[in-house]
Amino acid sequence: MAAVGKSVGMPLGERLALIAVILLAVLWLLPLMWVTAVSLKNNTELVVNPGAVFTAPYTIQNYIDLTKTSALGTWFRNSLIVSLSHTVLVLIVSCLAGYGFARIEFPGRNAVFIFSLVGLAIPGQAIIVPLHSFFNAFDMHNTYAALIIPGIATPFGIFLMTAYFRAIPAEIEEAARLDNASRFKIFWTIALPLAVPAMATLGIFTFLGTWNDYLWPLISATRPEMYTLTVGLAATQTNIDQSEGLGYLMAQSVFAGLPMLILYIFFQKYVVRAVAGAAIR
Amino acid sequence: MSDTPRAGARVPKLRTWHWPELLFIAPFLILYVTFLLFPMAWGFWMSFNYYDLFAGFSEYIGLENYQQLFSDQIYRRAVINTFLFVAITVPPLVVLGLLIALVLNRQTWWSAVLRTLFFGSTVLSVTIVTLIWRGVYLPQKGLLDNFLNAVGIGGIGILQDPNLALIGIAITTVWWGIGLPMVLFLAALQQVPGEIYEAAKLDNASPWQTLWSITIPSIWRTVVLVIIIQIIAHFQVFGQINLMTGGGPNNSTRSMVQFIYESGFRQWTAGFASAAAQVLFVIMVIAAGLQFWASRRKQEF
Repeated sequence: MAAVGKSVGMPLGERLALIAVILLAVLWLLPLMWVTAVSLKNNTELVVNPGAVFTAPYTIQNYIDLTKTSALGTWFRNSLIVSLSHTVLVLIVSCLAGYGFARIEFPGRNAVFIFSLVGLAIPGQAIIVPLHSFFNAFDMHNTYAALIIPGIATPFGIFLMTAYFRAIPAEIEEAARLDNASRFKIFWTIALPLAVPAMATLGIFTFLGTWNDYLWPLISATRPEMYTLTVGLAATQTNIDQSEGLGYLMAQSVFAGLPMLILYIFFQKYVVRAVAGAAIR
Repeated sequence: MSDTPRAGARVPKLRTWHWPELLFIAPFLILYVTFLLFPMAWGFWMSFNYYDLFAGFSEYIGLENYQQLFSDQIYRRAVINTFLFVAITVPPLVVLGLLIALVLNRQTWWSAVLRTLFFGSTVLSVTIVTLIWRGVYLPQKGLLDNFLNAVGIGGIGILQDPNLALIGIAITTVWWGIGLPMVLFLAALQQVPGEIYEAAKLDNASPWQTLWSITIPSIWRTVVLVIIIQIIAHFQVFGQINLMTGGGPNNSTRSMVQFIYESGFRQWTAGFASAAAQVLFVIMVIAAGLQFWASRRKQEF
């Protein structure tokens, strides 16, 4: 190449790529900064002069109003109850079945295992209509149960936990088995503690997915007091175009998004591993 | 190597199993059949029936729902929109994801910060993301139109324009979803042995040559996998569209999943919606088959 004279650190191509990524980072950050700035503006000022977002004066009035009038607290609690219960149940069901498939050599095990993985191909959206009718038949919509139960039996969870338990050498359990310890005791005291990393992956992934789920709670929870955070926030933004309270709306999005972002920043390593691990499976 | 390497080493008595031990898998199987397989089968049956959910009335009508579906102009539009959406969303996600991963694949504090930033939007829910971006896209009042006004182009109200609305949603989606392809590429890049790069350096290979003849071939399996994962994910696009445009303006953003949602839960035509769901299911099975094929092809080069 002709660029002999200048060998200052990086080659040109690499430098261009770096500049492109930094520009992208600015583009990624800009909406977040704008939203934060808008949430700190007076609503009437935003109507009169929408261009003045990045200049003072700022106020925290929108956040004060939020704590007084908004139902975000209720929705937040609903999301927490639903996501935590769902995640715990997914972990229980998946760990039990994963151990069962990995260790208990009942006849037809492979056939049942493959049968269990068929569900991987069924997208949630393809079954919402019958699932809705199903819960309707038992008059169960607008309950926590309806929000929690679907998806507890996840073929992905079975796949992950079975693979993990299989990778644990069976010899570890054999001493206990010779002592006539029950299967469940072996599972609980020996196998499960070794499976904590896989449980973390499955748990984080499940919690994130449930917390952010939109379609099922949109259909099942139709009463505002049963809304989850996603559906509740969706309901408040229907008239954004006419909204006089843009600052208030944006304060809601900051308020609702912040807990997840803070958790993410603290547990980044685990969150990334969980999401990436689940995608590759 | 045999399939049962430890068979001889075990005490035969340990191989027995007892009925109560099936309780390990029973909870899963019961829930799996009840809340996944049964709804799937019921949905299949529904698609051959006319349902009136309010009157509790249903009637077998054969393939009529499918006939109606395939001659429905709005459904055709939804199918085209969905393919279009995948076509304009997946390439930037893959290309930008790879670019970002290549640049940020180093142990410096600033690359860690930028990785955190690019993945950060992924943990937000679709409602928060769309709330942010509907604000950004607001005609005249939003960040985008303010910027376009400032540079003299003038506001465009991107979500109100039938020709631009889908692009607006695609931009939001790329912003939201770039984290996953980035981390998948980063994980793959870290698997490439450093010695290959040392060798390339000794051969005086340019960075461009290194990229095309070493890096890309080494992570090619991941590239294919990421493309398939992204196609599957974005084929099912719903939340962004329902929240940002509701399928409009002029049906220009209505997607296949939104079509299912609206015919099922707005018009309450469950049989018709189920027929649309079966079509989605068939496409997803093909895509899942592709993914399975791509992820099993591992050690082949």
